[in-house]
Amino acid sequence: MSSRKSKSNNIIHAECLSQVQRILRERFCHQTPHTNLFGVQVQYKHLIELLKRTAIHGESNSVLIIGPRGSGKTMLINHALKELMDIEVVSENILQVHLNGLLQINDKIALKEITRQLSLENVVGDKVFGSFAENLSFLLEALKKGDRTSSCPVIFILDEFDLFAHHKNQTLLYNLFDISQSAQTPVAVIGLTCRLCLSEDRSVREVLQRHFNISKNLRSLHTLLMLALTRVTVSHPFLTAADLMEANQLCSMDSKANIVHGLSVLEICLIIAMKHLNDIYEEEPFNFQMVYNEFQKFVQRKAHSVYNFEKPVVMKAFEHLQQLELIKPLERTSANSQREYQLMKLLLDNTQIMNALQKYPNCPTDVRQWATSSLSWL
Amino acid sequence: MAPYHTRQKIRQTYSWIGRPLLDRKLHHRTYTEICVKIEGCSTPVHIQVGQFVLIEGDDDENPYVAKLIELFEDDFELHSKKRARVQWFVRFSEVPAHKQRLLGRKPDAQEIFWYDYPACDSNISAETIIGPVQVVALAPDEVIPVDLKNEKIFFVKLSWNEKKFRPLSPELFAELEKLQESSPKCQKSVEAMTKNIESPAWTTTEQVVKRIESSHSASKSRQTPTHPVVPTARKRLELGSLTFPHLSCLLGLGFPRTPHTKISQPTSQASLDSSGRTKRKVNFSETTSQTKRSHLYRSEMSSPALKTPEKTGKVQPFCAKDVKKASPKCCMILRTRVPALKTTQINEERTLTPVKGGQRPSVPSVVLKPENIKKREAKEPETQNQATATSHRIRRRSSLLTLNRIRQQLRVLENNKSDQEEEEFLPTAEVSDSSSEEEEASTPALSRRNTRCISRNLRPFLKPSIQTPSKTPKKMAKSRTPRCATPQIRSRNLTTPEPASMLEEARLRLHVSAVPESLPCREQEFQDIYSFVESKLFDRTGGCMYISGVPGTGKTATVHEVIRCLQQAAQANDVPPFQYIEVNGMKLTEPHQVYVQILQKLTGQKATANHAAKLLAKRFCASASPQETTVLLVDELDLLWTHKQDVMYNLFDWPTHKEAQLVVLTIANTMDLPERIMMNRVSSRLGLTRMSFQPYTHSQLQQILGSRLKHLKAFEDDAIQLVARKVAALSGDARRCLDICRRATEICEFSHQKPDSPGLVTVAHLMEAIDEMFSSSYITAIKNSSVLEQGFLRAILAEFHRSGLEEATLQQIYSQHVALCMMEGLPYPTMSETMAVCSRLGSCRLLLVEPSRNDLLLRVRLNVSQDDVLYALKEE
Repeated sequence: MSSRKSKSNNIIHAECLSQVQRILRERFCHQTPHTNLFGVQVQYKHLIELLKRTAIHGESNSVLIIGPRGSGKTMLINHALKELMDIEVVSENILQVHLNGLLQINDKIALKEITRQLSLENVVGDKVFGSFAENLSFLLEALKKGDRTSSCPVIFILDEFDLFAHHKNQTLLYNLFDISQSAQTPVAVIGLTCRLCLSEDRSVREVLQRHFNISKNLRSLHTLLMLALTRVTVSHPFLTAADLMEANQLCSMDSKANIVHGLSVLEICLIIAMKHLNDIYEEEPFNFQMVYNEFQKFVQRKAHSVYNFEKPVVMKAFEHLQQLELIKPLERTSANSQREYQLMKLLLDNTQIMNALQKYPNCPTDVRQWATSSLSWL
Repeated sequence: MAPYHTRQKIRQTYSWIGRPLLDRKLHHRTYTEICVKIEGCSTPVHIQVGQFVLIEGDDDENPYVAKLIELFEDDFELHSKKRARVQWFVRFSEVPAHKQRLLGRKPDAQEIFWYDYPACDSNISAETIIGPVQVVALAPDEVIPVDLKNEKIFFVKLSWNEKKFRPLSPELFAELEKLQESSPKCQKSVEAMTKNIESPAWTTTEQVVKRIESSHSASKSRQTPTHPVVPTARKRLELGSLTFPHLSCLLGLGFPRTPHTKISQPTSQASLDSSGRTKRKVNFSETTSQTKRSHLYRSEMSSPALKTPEKTGKVQPFCAKDVKKASPKCCMILRTRVPALKTTQINEERTLTPVKGGQRPSVPSVVLKPENIKKREAKEPETQNQATATSHRIRRRSSLLTLNRIRQQLRVLENNKSDQEEEEFLPTAEVSDSSSEEEEASTPALSRRNTRCISRNLRPFLKPSIQTPSKTPKKMAKSRTPRCATPQIRSRNLTTPEPASMLEEARLRLHVSAVPESLPCREQEFQDIYSFVESKLFDRTGGCMYISGVPGTGKTATVHEVIRCLQQAAQANDVPPFQYIEVNGMKLTEPHQVYVQILQKLTGQKATANHAAKLLAKRFCASASPQETTVLLVDELDLLWTHKQDVMYNLFDWPTHKEAQLVVLTIANTMDLPERIMMNRVSSRLGLTRMSFQPYTHSQLQQILGSRLKHLKAFEDDAIQLVARKVAALSGDARRCLDICRRATEICEFSHQKPDSPGLVTVAHLMEAIDEMFSSSYITAIKNSSVLEQGFLRAILAEFHRSGLEEATLQQIYSQHVALCMMEGLPYPTMSETMAVCSRLGSCRLLLVEPSRNDLLLRVRLNVSQDDVLYALKEE
């Protein structure tokens, strides 16, 4: 009786937990614009004021929102636009154009996209739109016609703004800013970028700079919390510090060290040989022959547990390391070059190797010793 | 004042009253009274000499006001024998815009001015009189009586002589006083009227016949009447009709139109609707091929003088008649039954200066109406071409002469016909007549009269485009023919609120887009450019000028102002008329597109870059006939650089041709652009006329801010001085200066949330704005970066210090990082984490990194100076 009760209790418990998990997961995964803003209230207020002035007073403005990845630039602008659209008088009084530097890779595509989003295309019918030059003059003409008081303000949002600055002659940016600085259709140009050097670009120099820097990446925090959340089970209903620590370890795990854990003893030996070569020749590149020689020395003089493999076998292990990209050829491999003498570099740091060795399961002691004492056996 | 625009709907007949008095000198018969009978209205209106009358003008809402001085019949005037001599009054709106402020006060709505300008043409056709009006003379200090405020009463206080406003002379005042007492009586007198039979009837027998024949192409029928008259003309026109039906149709448009063409319009329109898209395509090819053909045609012609496009150009103003339904602007031009001489002037103006004030008022009024084109496309697809051809604007006197003769002959034939079409046809005939007349008898008197007419006639073209700039484009939005359509962002529903506070007002004025009335601190440059262009205009030569200066020093604004002033002067006839074109290198996708833009703005023609270059070269280098000067502004010249430099070469080469009459003003940022990027042959053609705009000094910036904020106490004086000095020390960029001030008003508004505070922008606010604007984003970024990132930056510095190089591999930096962490007793990060940190900093461009596939070997550089990093890291 009591056991059944506890069982049903358990089920309810599990349901609750999974629900909680689901909600939290949703919060972490989907960036909903209605969440509260932390740390950027001042900037937010500033931005919304600016947008309102464009929408209501028809004043042209340009803003560049700069911040590292994951610092909430997009969220900020989405938030601001959402609030702006909630104001009734404004919402029907504004046109939005969203562009992304990763999608609109050149001005030609960007112009078409602008025309499409402004739905100017109905003017053209469904005819395939003219050449780039025609497009440009068409759009400029369109924007030029307006003036501050009579035409509807347009908000341009340029995500990955820095990529637009790479377009030839920066035609699009020049024209957008030119419009914003002359008595034409009121526009607000909002650029989102994670690069800080834009202010040195020639025609973009006039852009007002606002820095919205949040020190840490929010997205990685979400990932961390997600990992911790998955550890919550019925038997372990509450998050503890240990969970977070473990999640953090998962996040900050060194991927290469993990690979080293899975290598064979022979491959580990080769890596150690390479490490020694690096120490001796001060980061100079090496080839297979050198590594093989080093390995031979070790096997002949010190090794008790390591079998003296034949050269083709060692070669195979060497190639496996190359496939795992733990070593990297300096030049491109050509078919006729001798593989034994191709120059290579190790892509592992000494500390990495040592850490990996410490955790390596069942590592022979002579190998471990060999790793630590690079020159002593000579 | 709606009731005046009656000409289309209500027919008026004019007849003399009383017996004529013979004027011995001029062989005129003078009369004292005229009777105007309005169709559908039983009581005719009688107008006596000495009365004030309304004269039909270009603007139906506001007809001209004049005093009738003399009425006479002149047999030498071919189309309108009833003449009248008047003393003009001008409305305030007719005073040239730049002189309006001479009045010094706001004029009353009903106020007019005695036009004291003897050079003005006062001989008009009596048939342009609309009706009597009452004018009351007032002393200059008298207030306009409120009870008399009725639309038909005007008040005159001052006289205007094109230079200044003066009070009325006492005798004039007395005379006017006297008149106004006698006038009301005259209006009421009712007398019998005589039948008017004189008005010429333009529907010819031939045309009636042709109508019956009902040829499919209206053009053919219209052009046939010329056959029996002048053999040479016939030959030419036949040619046209055979090989170039569209062209001949164009020619035909100059002739009276039959109602037949009108009827056929709707049907053709319907057919167009169904096949709109294909039509467009066809049309396009037609237009281009036609130009080609016309060239061909030209070369075939035995006499080089008879150039087809030119002729079509001549006829163009009347083509506008066909398209009047769509455009109010056109209507206005057409509906007016202006006195003959005035029409001439319109025509003259159109031929000489179709582009005034850069607004291109007359030509685009045809080109830009997509509806018009659409309507007519099916039947006469060459409408486009007409407009194109118009802009050639080369006067062919000889051909016109022939045409006029033909027309005169026709008129003899058609004498007694009913006058059904009279209204429509009148302008056609008038034009030909007067232009021929002008050719034959170009007396000084004739040329003198221009002044008035230009100022009168030109303005209506300009006015609509200035007052309602959005009118035309709005219509475009509905159109389906985008080729000529000028689209527009849809207009806003919400009206912009007036600036509520002082700060808002200041912000509005400080916005870069707010164009100031005059540019302070650029007087010398303004004067130089002005006199350069002006001298070229007077000499009818061409030339180049190179203007350089760093951004935000007012180069483009100054040139714009020069052009604005010159356009006003051209309106006032102080300088020869000119055509203004502007291109911007940044607004072109490709340097060669500049040809396309110039050609399109010059002629409305569309062509590919190569073709446009050829056409322009032909126009500027080959044409031998006199034309008006073209002023071309090329902004951002450096963008027009090509490997061959052919674009620049052409731009600078054209002005050197004698016939071109092209003035090229070029603007770029660098002072030594000609030496740096141009080949010798290009830079030598550019000539030595250089001008460089120096960056503004702090006192100049202060002056600029002061002029923008005139009578507006929003800034502390110290604050203005501060920002002016700061900006002048850095760049002297006026734009930057204005932006900072604008930002400061925002900050000020933000800090004064309480509504009662006065909100004066102080030094503190400006400092904040300046800090925001000039502070280094890098340092902020480093300060705000995470501990790990800061540690990584430290490791980079340490590694650079160790190796003495400015570059290091990730592996080296990692080992440094680990060492640093161990020293401080911190847990050191794994390689993967370090990689992530590195790429994050790289994406911010704090570091310059290689692509990360190089893994440990990727090389890292700092994108900021080491000192900056140290400073930023130390600060905590």
